[in-house]
Amino acid sequence: MPETSGFSGPEAVRVGFYVCHCGTNIAGTVDVKALAEYAGRLPRVAVSRDYKYMCSDPGQALIEQDIADHKLNRVVVASCSPLLHEATFRRALGRAGLNPFLLQMVNIREHVSWVHLDKKAATEKAQDLVRAAVQRVALHKPLQKRRVDINPSVLVVGGGIAGIHAALTLADAGKQVYLVEREPTIGGHMAMFDKTFPTLDCAACILTPKMTAVGSHPNIKLWTYSEVVKVDGYVGNYKVQVKHKPRYVIDELCIGCQECITACVYKEGKTPDEFNLGLSKRKPVYLPFPQAVPQKVVIDRETCIEFKSGKCKKTCIEACGDRLAIDFKQKETFDEIEIGAIILATGFKTFDPERSPNCGYGRYQNVYTSLEVERLINASGPTAGEVILRDGKKPESVGIIHCIGSRDANTNRWCSKVCCMYSLKLAHLIKEHTGAHVYNFYIDMRTPGKGYEEFYDRLLDEGVHFVRGRVADVSDWAVHPSEVGKLVIRAEDTLAGFVRRIPVDMVVLSVGLEPQADAQDVRRLFNISCAAEGWFLERHPKLAPVSTFTEGVFIAGACQGPKDIPESVAQAGAAAAEALALIDAKSVELEPYTASILEEECSGCKSCIPLCPYQAIAFVDEKKKAYINEVLCKGCGTCVAGCPSGSIKQNFFEDEEIFEEIEGVLTYA
Amino acid sequence: MLSRHPSAPETSQSTFEPRIVAFFCNWCTYLAADLAGTSRMKYAPNVRVVRLMCSGRVDPQFVLDAFAHGADGVFIGGCHPGDCHYQEGNYKTLKRYHLLKRVVKEMGIEEERFRLEWISAAEADRVRTTINQMVEKVRELGPLNLELKELDKAHAEEVLV
Repeated sequence: MPETSGFSGPEAVRVGFYVCHCGTNIAGTVDVKALAEYAGRLPRVAVSRDYKYMCSDPGQALIEQDIADHKLNRVVVASCSPLLHEATFRRALGRAGLNPFLLQMVNIREHVSWVHLDKKAATEKAQDLVRAAVQRVALHKPLQKRRVDINPSVLVVGGGIAGIHAALTLADAGKQVYLVEREPTIGGHMAMFDKTFPTLDCAACILTPKMTAVGSHPNIKLWTYSEVVKVDGYVGNYKVQVKHKPRYVIDELCIGCQECITACVYKEGKTPDEFNLGLSKRKPVYLPFPQAVPQKVVIDRETCIEFKSGKCKKTCIEACGDRLAIDFKQKETFDEIEIGAIILATGFKTFDPERSPNCGYGRYQNVYTSLEVERLINASGPTAGEVILRDGKKPESVGIIHCIGSRDANTNRWCSKVCCMYSLKLAHLIKEHTGAHVYNFYIDMRTPGKGYEEFYDRLLDEGVHFVRGRVADVSDWAVHPSEVGKLVIRAEDTLAGFVRRIPVDMVVLSVGLEPQADAQDVRRLFNISCAAEGWFLERHPKLAPVSTFTEGVFIAGACQGPKDIPESVAQAGAAAAEALALIDAKSVELEPYTASILEEECSGCKSCIPLCPYQAIAFVDEKKKAYINEVLCKGCGTCVAGCPSGSIKQNFFEDEEIFEEIEGVLTYA
Repeated sequence: MLSRHPSAPETSQSTFEPRIVAFFCNWCTYLAADLAGTSRMKYAPNVRVVRLMCSGRVDPQFVLDAFAHGADGVFIGGCHPGDCHYQEGNYKTLKRYHLLKRVVKEMGIEEERFRLEWISAAEADRVRTTINQMVEKVRELGPLNLELKELDKAHAEEVLV
């Protein structure tokens, strides 16, 4: 192999090479013995070993011992992805007194042994990658991580149960929390439910105390009807801009007496009430629901006569009297906050059943979604807790159809996880409220969870009917006198082996959970990733379920995937603990992959300046040279690639290091 | 002279195994390749991945250097437009890619040997299919034999500037 320039220095480069068997994960496909022998013959390699589990304590000790015994000053580890164990091996180098950045990892598990079958080809590929790493590591320079202070405040986005729980946990720990919710009240989906499975405790009874705690907590700044519009900065030091939409009611002055609502010139509500999913009407001035937090009314600009014509009698202002809380001239305002960590708990939306037209939603008025039925059952709902049909009559028979928008190749493939259980809960509640015959049409009954299967057993005893099979359609097409005036559910009964027609008065569609409509915008704003289905992507599905690939941004609740309340709360607690661990450390180390200008070479052409999205590059007029602010630089390297005179270098990704790697993988053994 | 490495083995069409150098960004495509691994997907073993923090770090010289050192193809993988971990590095990559593609073509290198693909962290299957497609395509094209093109490195740099 030709000697590559760039190795000149006072000390000779001595590389230690280690290949991990990872049990049989790597050794099953890559000939690790041959790879170690191969690496041992490469120039500058002083020690070459294979070991069963390099990441184990003895594996790491092996490296540390060799560094001391063989005076190694570079280390290459061929094992799993650097994203998994780079930090582990860097620490091992550090313990042995070597700068941690004198390590290079070779990913021969995720990128080789797990994706190839041919042992010979896999071993050759591993050899190429190892050669490249050995060549590259020789050029590595000692680097120092930057340590920056952490702002101890936390932003929580989303005021559903996950956001509420996370905010309270952090606030109780004495941290300043900003809770931003885009709706006029916190509470989220849970506030809409009547009872919760499997214990049947009332959702409001367990949620509202937490909501009021949020509203009155001295450490929580609650911003409802607000949205995060801009996020800058980095872990420990985020700068966030929050937009407050005008409520046309001054927060500090409104006491929530609701006299303005009574006084409104509209005697009856005319606008579909969002909280009741359009099952009732509200006035232009409204409180979303009785237990809303904060207890501040909102004026809807779209329907308020004053906004539409400017000619309203403004009886609301009259009623408000000297409280002077109503302000039609309110404009949107902005707040800039500085925080150290972010928890996203932006939740989910329910599947729109009009996308599955065979179910008749939108076509037959007595076809409801499960969430609408939650509102019907709820005592503070549109019917004051009466489960009634559109004509006011009690249903004598109800069909609940599972898996609408779940486990369906035409809509969403995933199981929404909560629908079986909430369908059982609704079956129980409907039966309790109406005494109707209730039929559940299910594909599989999925009830894993504490007390869940027992709840299913209870429902079987209560006499709820279960039909296993997919529903073909819902129609009002009667073929028998008993079906006249009813909705007919046609479904395959896979246990009995024939197609059933079951006439019912009411159909409930158990709609699945989907990512929020603007999940993609939100993830871009916070610079995190989504899985293919649109749920926020966690750093590791098992071991880092609430972390993301962006340091300091955590996720909790159903924004990460379908979850029930206990799981959402558990995740929220986990996210709060992670955020707490981060900010209580007081400072954080940043990767030193920043770029810097080689002043002698810089021609002052300024072409790098517009390439930087972080405005980290400035032009120093006196010197006529560019200058990179290392604190602002995030280490993408775009300016390095764009510099026409090659006068910018990026730590750990220097041109020479990458050229060496390219040449390394292409040099034939 | 741009040439394949002197020790490169003689290759005939039938035994030809393309060598492809891939530059993957740390946040999307590298993760997708990791996910392909954890999902035990199988694809052709002809690609050698160089990890960079952002596809915006791909200096056009890296691509030319790879071809000069015997790569039969070069594959850049980055985050989807709008998804860049560094906000807009991938847009810079896209601009450079289109320009570089013309240069590469002028050097007599078939377009299909140079590919840019947006692959998010979740799109493991796309890593698999893109690599397989590219390996097949390059296999059809045969080894890149730059000696025949009579282009010297100086010229390459001239075109680049």
